[in-house]
Amino acid sequence: MLQRESGVYKTSYAADMALFPLPIARWTMAAIVLLFAVVLPLSLHEYYLSIINLALIAVVGALGLNMLVGYTGQISVGHAAFMSVGAYTAANLAVKFDLPFWITLPAGGLMAALIGAIVGIPSLRIKGLYLAIATLAAQLIIEWVINHTPAISGGAQASIQVPRPTLWGHELKTQGQLYFFLLFFAALAILAALNLARSRIGRAFVAIRDQDIAAEIIGIDIYRYKLLSFAISSFYAGVCGVLYTYYLGIANYEQFQIGVSIDYLAMIIIGGLGSVLGSVLGAAFVTMLPIVIRLVMEPLAGLFFSAGELSSVVASTRLVVFGALIISFLVVEPEGLNRLWRNIRNYFRVWPFSY
Amino acid sequence: MSKLKLWLGAAAAVALLALPGGNPSAQEKELVFGLHCDRTGATQTVGVFLCPGYHDYISLVNSKGGVEGYKIRVVEIDNEYKVPPAMEAHERFKMEGAVLTGLYGTPQTAALTKKLEEDKVLGTSPGFGTAAAADGRRFPYLFPIAASYWSQAAGSVAFVKKELGGNLNGKKIAYLYYDNPAGKEPLVIFEDLAKSEGFELRTFAVPAPGIEMGAQVLDITGRFKPDFVITHLFGRSPSVSIKELKGKGYPLSKVISFVWGASEADVKAAGGFELANGYNTIQFAGVGTDFPVIKDINEMFAAQGKAAPSQQEISVFYNRGVVIAALHVEAARNAVKAKGGARPTPEEVKRGMESIKGFTLGGLVPPMELTPEDHEGGGWVQVWTVKDGKLTKNGDWFQAYREVIRKHLAAETK
Repeated sequence: MLQRESGVYKTSYAADMALFPLPIARWTMAAIVLLFAVVLPLSLHEYYLSIINLALIAVVGALGLNMLVGYTGQISVGHAAFMSVGAYTAANLAVKFDLPFWITLPAGGLMAALIGAIVGIPSLRIKGLYLAIATLAAQLIIEWVINHTPAISGGAQASIQVPRPTLWGHELKTQGQLYFFLLFFAALAILAALNLARSRIGRAFVAIRDQDIAAEIIGIDIYRYKLLSFAISSFYAGVCGVLYTYYLGIANYEQFQIGVSIDYLAMIIIGGLGSVLGSVLGAAFVTMLPIVIRLVMEPLAGLFFSAGELSSVVASTRLVVFGALIISFLVVEPEGLNRLWRNIRNYFRVWPFSY
Repeated sequence: MSKLKLWLGAAAAVALLALPGGNPSAQEKELVFGLHCDRTGATQTVGVFLCPGYHDYISLVNSKGGVEGYKIRVVEIDNEYKVPPAMEAHERFKMEGAVLTGLYGTPQTAALTKKLEEDKVLGTSPGFGTAAAADGRRFPYLFPIAASYWSQAAGSVAFVKKELGGNLNGKKIAYLYYDNPAGKEPLVIFEDLAKSEGFELRTFAVPAPGIEMGAQVLDITGRFKPDFVITHLFGRSPSVSIKELKGKGYPLSKVISFVWGASEADVKAAGGFELANGYNTIQFAGVGTDFPVIKDINEMFAAQGKAAPSQQEISVFYNRGVVIAALHVEAARNAVKAKGGARPTPEEVKRGMESIKGFTLGGLVPPMELTPEDHEGGGWVQVWTVKDGKLTKNGDWFQAYREVIRKHLAAETK
């Protein structure tokens, strides 16, 4: 990520495929792990940890959606519904059967993967906008089914209170404790996505995205890999929904409506399609930037407006600034934050001798 | 690459600006209230009127010297009717040392219920969240402080009974509702009352986004032909329901709406007060500007050389903001008094909220009585009817079928 190599000296495939090709990459990774696992939780106030927590959950969902949209080139506007499938599966297992999170979490993911694969079946015949409408239908159908099936939704309120996750008898409930819980799964999700993208499966996804007929001709089973892509992507979404459930202590389908699907699409488009780092940056950007803008604007606007007017001014201006920033980032670099980061890196690679 | 430098510079500038954007530490004689609001999201048509009402009342209290000598500082966060920003807002309020918080939105209320309990900070949820939250033993830190959907259902049936001559036996009532958890919640109460009062109940669900209900209304007016229609709709759909019922020739004086279809904005969007003449609405706060406290607010602004707030135009929502603020202030006042003037903790403010009684603010607030068991305050409602170009009071505050509500609350707790 940060390395400045002086040439290519690789002599084996293993070296070429390594996740960390240079010692400096390993050191950078160690520094990042140290930062997130030790420095941040010890130095930040709970409030700032809570913001990072929200971003960590979003990272898992964005990675999943990017696997489908960015790598495989299929579109889904129903990802929020897959999240609710995961959330309700885990909530029901946790409440009715008293199961711990290390069972409910993969179970929620698997159930979402199953439903996702079924929803993905139309992708075998249709593409693009048509597929978008098919997945939109899935979003609405899943919402309706949850809303009208008390056995799933737990009653008229369609919300199920879930106990906090416990680890060796300790309840994880403060933002600091939940931070480590979420960090672990977000890190796992990133690692899995990085490796998946470099594997046979990931390569097949990219081949389908670039030209599905060509992919079929070189021997890729398109049906299998398209459905696999939907399943993997929905698995991530389901896990994201389970994490939300444990983080909030409640599963509620109103938290996973169509607007959330659009938010996640925005994350991966801003971050960069078909890139793991882009998903992470996009999720962090969309989750944190509105908050940062507000923290900047509050003291500034406080100079001009009274306390009562302040909140109205900040609330509306914040949206304008947020929208303007998204547009300008995309104008500067249509391929997203990931590409922007690569440009910056390439610029500094030969700095200060830039020619 | 100069463009890139520009961006790096801009990013650095933003980072620098954000750093001192920390928060002033709580002052000695200051109490912090946290307020969730939605000014830019799905329910912004409510928030832009309700939240200014809240702020204006707090300014009024501060201009008169505050609560027992404590100035109030409100930290408001716009959650856009989304859940993650509501979680962030809660943590922010906690960091700022808020003694109480005002929730906004049903999914947000659900998402924060557990957190409020763990952090021991109370949250008020008037018109949001589950009816079961009235039970203070089950939800110790959640305060609906207004009639729940169950109480509104009971209140509307009692009103219908009065309008139909005191006997519902053999009458037909249609319930037209938004097809979401909030819309379905009162069904259990209606079904129970239909049995005990002997009326025939039929329900008509309107799917989201609720702006297309021609089929349901035709079914009501053409086939079912009820004696009364009770509606429970949100957003744009109440105005559509007024228009459709009127268009099919159903008398609006035989229609009563729950609290989120009850504002001047709904009537105006439907075509004005003239058209909606007779439309009945259930309220958990007084309507109009004819209250001493609203006059005090306008005098305060006049003394500053400002006009009366334009948000008072939609007084239904504005006054709800005033009521929420007033109950927050009363809770804080009770807590400060109980401590002999010392700074109260959130826990003590919660006890202050649970001892509110006989506080009516000149008729704006219902005569509620909050106790550790009852966080709803008795489920008081008032009916206001469109008449002579405005909403006019139709009877005093009342509560109805409390034993039925209590039975269902007890069943929920099990």
